[in-house]
Amino acid sequence: MKVTIVDYNSGNISSVINSFEEVAKDRVNIEVTSDLIKIKSSDKVVLPGQGSFKSCIDALNKIEGLTDTLNEFVISNKKPLLGICVGLQMFAEVGYEETETKGLGWIPGKVSKIDNQKGKYKLPHIGWNQINIVKDSKIFQNIENNSHMYFVHSYEFIPKDKTVISSLTDYSSKIVCSVEKENIFGTQFHPEKSDKMGLKIINNFINL
Amino acid sequence: MLKNRIIPCLDVKNGRVVKGINFVDLKDAGDPVEQAKIYSDGGADEICFLDITASNENRDTIYDVVERTSKKCFVPLTVGGGVRSIDDINKLLNCGADKVSINTSAVENPKVVLDSSKKFGSQCVVVAIDAKKNGNKWEVFTHGGRNNSGIDALEYAKKMEDSGAGELLVTSMDRDGTQIGYDVDLMNKIASKVNIPLIASGGVGNLDHLVDGIKLGNASAVLAASIFHYGKYSVKEAKEYLDSKGIPVRI
Repeated sequence: MKVTIVDYNSGNISSVINSFEEVAKDRVNIEVTSDLIKIKSSDKVVLPGQGSFKSCIDALNKIEGLTDTLNEFVISNKKPLLGICVGLQMFAEVGYEETETKGLGWIPGKVSKIDNQKGKYKLPHIGWNQINIVKDSKIFQNIENNSHMYFVHSYEFIPKDKTVISSLTDYSSKIVCSVEKENIFGTQFHPEKSDKMGLKIINNFINL
Repeated sequence: MLKNRIIPCLDVKNGRVVKGINFVDLKDAGDPVEQAKIYSDGGADEICFLDITASNENRDTIYDVVERTSKKCFVPLTVGGGVRSIDDINKLLNCGADKVSINTSAVENPKVVLDSSKKFGSQCVVVAIDAKKNGNKWEVFTHGGRNNSGIDALEYAKKMEDSGAGELLVTSMDRDGTQIGYDVDLMNKIASKVNIPLIASGGVGNLDHLVDGIKLGNASAVLAASIFHYGKYSVKEAKEYLDSKGIPVRI
């Protein structure tokens, strides 16, 4: 099997690479690339993302043909993709970080700033929070409900269709922490930094 | 509910762990990679490396330490000490650091905070503030506590938030190495002034000090070095103690 971690200059991805190698380097060919041909021939794709929604979308668009290739991979070929953090947020149609920016549009909805109730809650939402699993997701196999995951973000994905939500977490409001729509998976938290439980999620994705 | 974090910090010099008392009189005691792994296995919420003499010496050893640690520890790793430029940050992140803490250079050139948060995202930019009380205010010190910038720590904290810092790591120079507890007054004043999380540092001698840092200092996370490093308490014991005091922690 070949898993590609998309390297599109979206910030620091070494932790994502390390975690996938830790989990599966003996049985999976892990590629880190933005090469369109290599992405096309992958069995699974990981879309990381750090920084702002806009900076990640801009970085994707800077690589000619990358968005089209990802669209084809996910929408036409229905192959599994895991978006992490802003990687998940980009599934939305639109994001409002920095300025209004068009997303990939794979899951209808928007990405807006977490309402911190006039400063009552600190932003970014940084640290370990528990996930409340609200639907069976293939990547949550053998993950106990209320497991702790590591978060760091100030913006949240608000999907129109709530049935795509697979887990929520309590902060200033109930924040979407993961989605699953057919072959599209995303986590707002960082499985690569969420210790043993996080690695298990990565393992589940690889085993899909 | 978001949990308060416990962050063991390892002072690293030439690739080896040390812990200074008031930033001098260093003892060599161990391999940072092994130590970090012990901490993360024991439930540390993050690991922090502080490359203490990095401003003056060859820094290459820290890159190797970070690279090896990030392949073994799957909790966030923050690295600070001698971080001066976008290039330094880039190198540390590429080696596997998740966050970088910026101290002296943020004072001398606040643009580095602005630029790095734009380039890499606020989530990886921690501004470290070394503050010392002078009369009824606190002043920011640089160069490992050697130079007084004369800048007011509260105003500076706000400015760093506005420049794009994702978190503040606040160390009381008066308390560091004393083991008499955090300067909770300083922590609380800064935490109330900014809307980003504050990590309290400097002065922890027992587990009640961690409780105070969170309850009285209003810190989102508490950092400590020697109580963990010399085996006085394990991270697990610290978490269980906080839990018994009603503080939300990840157990």
